[in-house]
Amino acid sequence: MRRYFGRKLAIYALTFVVAVTLNWIIPRFMPGDPVLRMLTRTSVSNPEAIAPMRAYYENVFGLDVPLWKQYVNYWVELFQGNLGVSVWLFPAPVADVILHAVPYTLALLLPSILLSWWAGNKVGALAARSTWLDNTALPVSYALTATPYMWLGILLAWGLGIVAGVFPVAGGYSFELRPDWSWVFVGSLALHWFLPFLSLFLVAFGGWAIGMRNLIIYELEADYASYLAALGAPRRLIRRYAFRNALLPQITGLALQLGVLVSGALVTEIVFAYPGLGHLILQAIQNQDFFLLQGAFLFIVIGVLVANFVIDIVYVLVDPRTRTGMQGAA
Amino acid sequence: MTLQVDDLRVCYRTLMGEVRALDGVSFTVADGEIMGVVGESGCGKSTLGKSLVRLDNRMKHVGGTVTVDGEPLPIADDRAMNRFRFTSVSIIPQYAMSALNPTRRIGRLVADLLDAHGMSYAATRPELVRRLALVGLPETVLDSYPIELSGGMKQRVVLVLSTLRDPALLVADEVTSALDVSTQRAVAQTLVEFRDRGYVRGMLVVTHDISLVYQIADTIMVMYAGRLAEKAPSDVVVTEPLHPYTQLLIGALPEVGARFSERRLTGIPGRPPGLRNPPQGCRFRARCPLAFDKCAEQPPFVEVAENHQVACWKAGS
Repeated sequence: MRRYFGRKLAIYALTFVVAVTLNWIIPRFMPGDPVLRMLTRTSVSNPEAIAPMRAYYENVFGLDVPLWKQYVNYWVELFQGNLGVSVWLFPAPVADVILHAVPYTLALLLPSILLSWWAGNKVGALAARSTWLDNTALPVSYALTATPYMWLGILLAWGLGIVAGVFPVAGGYSFELRPDWSWVFVGSLALHWFLPFLSLFLVAFGGWAIGMRNLIIYELEADYASYLAALGAPRRLIRRYAFRNALLPQITGLALQLGVLVSGALVTEIVFAYPGLGHLILQAIQNQDFFLLQGAFLFIVIGVLVANFVIDIVYVLVDPRTRTGMQGAA
Repeated sequence: MTLQVDDLRVCYRTLMGEVRALDGVSFTVADGEIMGVVGESGCGKSTLGKSLVRLDNRMKHVGGTVTVDGEPLPIADDRAMNRFRFTSVSIIPQYAMSALNPTRRIGRLVADLLDAHGMSYAATRPELVRRLALVGLPETVLDSYPIELSGGMKQRVVLVLSTLRDPALLVADEVTSALDVSTQRAVAQTLVEFRDRGYVRGMLVVTHDISLVYQIADTIMVMYAGRLAEKAPSDVVVTEPLHPYTQLLIGALPEVGARFSERRLTGIPGRPPGLRNPPQGCRFRARCPLAFDKCAEQPPFVEVAENHQVACWKAGS
């Protein structure tokens, strides 16, 4: 058991190092110069003032040292919790900017991932035994899972936001409000949250429902199911076993889908101008904000790795076969 | 009388039409009798075993009746059969190695099953443990997952589980096929012991291994192409078979002391006929060395000596 988790942890650590390195490299290979951008923003009229200002900014962002040293510094700062200073929102520290956005992204991601997984599995399992539901839910699920996140987002915003006028189409809360803990504000948050959540939920739901339906049908054909039936076990018991066993691949599927769901959340946030990480990333790219981009990606990488690790643990708890495999390896 | 089967007809539904896997099979199994059912692959022996317990969704009951202890079994009605399964008819399936849910501890599985039948696991457990000990399994298997057991152990767990409620009839479908010869013998002896102890009253041992069934069965029934070819006490079938098919089957067995470097072991040339459009008359005709004109007519399954029934025109005369 310890060896299994040790090996897993080593793989995650390696993934983390590679991801952080890529994360550091990619913005620096992007065309454009953030310092130049800041200088133009300040619109200095005196050409002589530009050189010292450039030197000042390069010093602030740590760009005045050789590349390898920038890389080392990046790691050192990272472990001190310092992600640098944002270019776009200068001089706000990146960590602060991200921490303000993370709750929005989590509020979208966690419920949509977990609820779609739960509901998709339930509906898929029902579809496997009801022809009527199979003939309706299955095509709908296929359509949903094939829909790009942002397109469904735009459809929902147009249909429920603009035509029906039920939900707001942009922002994390009403523009008339300032963030505080009043009922009005929380209500506004919930109202703005619903459409982005729904578009994420629906796309993921379709995939889970299809997967579960196929898995259940496969499990009900398995030998243990026929044996139980031959011993006169009621259908309820056989279905319960089939459902439990079919959940195992779905848990693995959840681990594989996490990355997709996160990127789906990012584009959905952009569609709805939702103030989460996706929105930040778009702004960071448009403003050549290396540091904000790095910070946002870092959070996503950490999030996906942690979630995968949790799923690894869950899998060991629910499937006795993985446990035996570990004993064999130890 | 434990089991009485009358003119049982079962077919498989396929895309190309119905395959008549069982075409009018009648026999009885007495109390305490072990009957071996032998034949080549595709002769309908497994179909017969399955029909008595559970028709899968490709199988269709076409005609005939089955009664156990005088009570007719509703074999075409899956739900109504649930009342009889496990208590009056039970099966050890061909796939005993994979018959247990891989993600459930065996004890939990048994508890769930007993619970579904309205029985208490706590009350049944001592008997269960006693029977596991009888087949050489420790009580701890109940706390194990199926993957933690060897194939032979799983086979024995299934044997104990299938017979836990002392069914009137047990169908043992190819229970020894996947085992090595010494384990085969142990399993075969366990079947006899379960009968002797009254855990099972009648038994239908479906196998292609005549030599094994000869050791444990009281009666052997030979099937060919969905019909009965011959049925007689074990030693009669092996020593004085009357049906040419049985004779060829027995002749294909290696003999003790014979040197097969000098004389090649012969098989039966040809293959059993397809059952989608079975041939008229005797189905063994095409492969039979004794076939003559009359074989175009289906021979009746008649008693030619006491307890010895044969379906062959040449056998009676």
